[in-house]
Amino acid sequence: MNNVTLLFHKPWIWSFIAVLSAWVATIIFTGGLGGAGLAQAALTFAAFSVIVGIGQMFVITLGPGNIDLSIPATMTLSATLALKFMNTDGALVLPGLLIALGVGLAVGTANFGLIKLLKIPPIIATLSSSFLIQSTAIWSNRGLRIKPPEVLTDFTTSSVLGVPNVALLSFVLAVAAYFILMRSLFGRWVLAIGQNMRAARLAGVPVDGVRFSTYVLCGVLAAVAGFFLASFSGGAALNMGTEYLLTSIAVVVIGGSSVAGGNSNVPGIWGASLFLFLVVSMLNTFGVGAGVRLIMTGLIIIAVITLAGGRKSMK
Amino acid sequence: MTSDRLRQLLPAFSLAVLLISVFYIQPRTMSYLGLNLLFNLAVPIALATIAQMLIIAVNDLDLSMGAFVSFVACVAATYLRDTPLLGVLILAGAIGVYALVGILIYVRNLPAIVVTLGMSFVWGGLAVLILPSPGGAAPDWARWLMKTKPPGIPMAIVASILIAGIAHFLVMRSSFGVVIRGVGGNERSVERAGWSILWVRAAAYASAGFFAVLAGILLVGLTTAADANIALRYTLLSIAGVILGGGEFTGGRVSPIGAVIGALTLTLAGSFLSFLRISSDWQIGAQGAILIIVLALRVLLNRSKQGAGD
Repeated sequence: MNNVTLLFHKPWIWSFIAVLSAWVATIIFTGGLGGAGLAQAALTFAAFSVIVGIGQMFVITLGPGNIDLSIPATMTLSATLALKFMNTDGALVLPGLLIALGVGLAVGTANFGLIKLLKIPPIIATLSSSFLIQSTAIWSNRGLRIKPPEVLTDFTTSSVLGVPNVALLSFVLAVAAYFILMRSLFGRWVLAIGQNMRAARLAGVPVDGVRFSTYVLCGVLAAVAGFFLASFSGGAALNMGTEYLLTSIAVVVIGGSSVAGGNSNVPGIWGASLFLFLVVSMLNTFGVGAGVRLIMTGLIIIAVITLAGGRKSMK
Repeated sequence: MTSDRLRQLLPAFSLAVLLISVFYIQPRTMSYLGLNLLFNLAVPIALATIAQMLIIAVNDLDLSMGAFVSFVACVAATYLRDTPLLGVLILAGAIGVYALVGILIYVRNLPAIVVTLGMSFVWGGLAVLILPSPGGAAPDWARWLMKTKPPGIPMAIVASILIAGIAHFLVMRSSFGVVIRGVGGNERSVERAGWSILWVRAAAYASAGFFAVLAGILLVGLTTAADANIALRYTLLSIAGVILGGGEFTGGRVSPIGAVIGALTLTLAGSFLSFLRISSDWQIGAQGAILIIVLALRVLLNRSKQGAGD
């Protein structure tokens, strides 16, 4: 009993309750048809939101003003360069992945360099760098849809024991992120900086090093998400990352992490990602149009943040 | 000349450098028609930048600007043309919603970026409902406004000067502007001086909504038709414009004239590339690069200021 009450005090539990209700509502509407298929689709699509969401979560945890707006551009660029290099050759998958990781590393480094050298807010630094990254992607992509190697397509579209591979991958990443955030020194440092950067610095936390690693981590995760998303959806497209700007921030907030930083949780990102996908598919099965669906998504984000309340304001 | 003064002149200086380079590469732009073509598209961007600036002045950030301007464009190309009264009512209601968003953010102490992010879905959804596929037609008066040819100075320049002038008066000269910037600088002292922060914030958001509405209408006047995604890039462009124009993110330190100049600079950056015969692929990149260069110059100026013993 005590454990149950404890569970309800977790900030992320509500997103999972919401997931369950959205799933049940859809199943009831369809008369019990396609419940498993829906769950599988939800796991697949949520997986990509989870990967970018984890990166954004670490950045947001750093405290007020920290946010990465370059995630969509990084996804597009890493996918484009990697897929172009592999040129549908299955033997080059590993170097291709390394190229994607390299893009993420470079973007993270550039972002933190701008923040530090130009002393500008992260939002402006990542905004200006995203302009450059997106341009590079447009230039190298040339509006073509570059096909992924067959091995990767097979990997991303198949599943093990009914669980999609990408979901397994992102589950492993989430577990790792949980341990990094909650159990490792690095994670504790990130939280400490988010709660009070001055105090953290005085306490001897290597603030610059931690912030640098966090922005790199976010860039790398965005690159990984881009790499697998392009493999899954049959190619790298220029607008493939667009929706993930809003999604990456929304899943962190809906998942119960504090937008003001210093207090985050990983399970909530899974809950929120599943929830966002299920709401869309629920509204789809109800037969509402794209317009109503967008409005509902927006209102849900606002309702969740209003109910969860803001403890500290964040710019 | 002090570095402070230099810093204030930086936006105008960057615009001048770009403009002179364009004139040098393509002297034919140095004409009535040429200037109008160069700066035509900057007019709605300038208005959206002023709107964003009003939000930044109270230490918030509006991530729904692009979606909202698109929504207004869709309303302007349909209701405002066919049933003007209904159109005006819808737009007035939208400005009211902006004020409500400002109130909600203040009362519940919410992060503005998340709430406006949510609103961007709402505006986007409404725009899709109004105009599921590109279409509609601009009201004749809006088209006339953007196509008119005043003697001597092109419309785009006249409009930019007008926007800068009105915004400068509103934000820098009127008591309303002082209070808004005061909220950004020190909210408590404004409150102690007897102002209701709630109403000041609501007013700041409402006036931002008003300028964004103008941006949407004039954009349709230029393009003559609308679609639900017509202005999505305005969110990032408007933020970049404010910063380019010398605005700071916090503390209510904004500059309306600078913001308009920032919008003009960003627009010109795009054309500059095409004059250099560089592929338009790099247009967004050029805007990012200019943003970084100007910010770097600002850091250098600040450093020399500190070096001079302040």
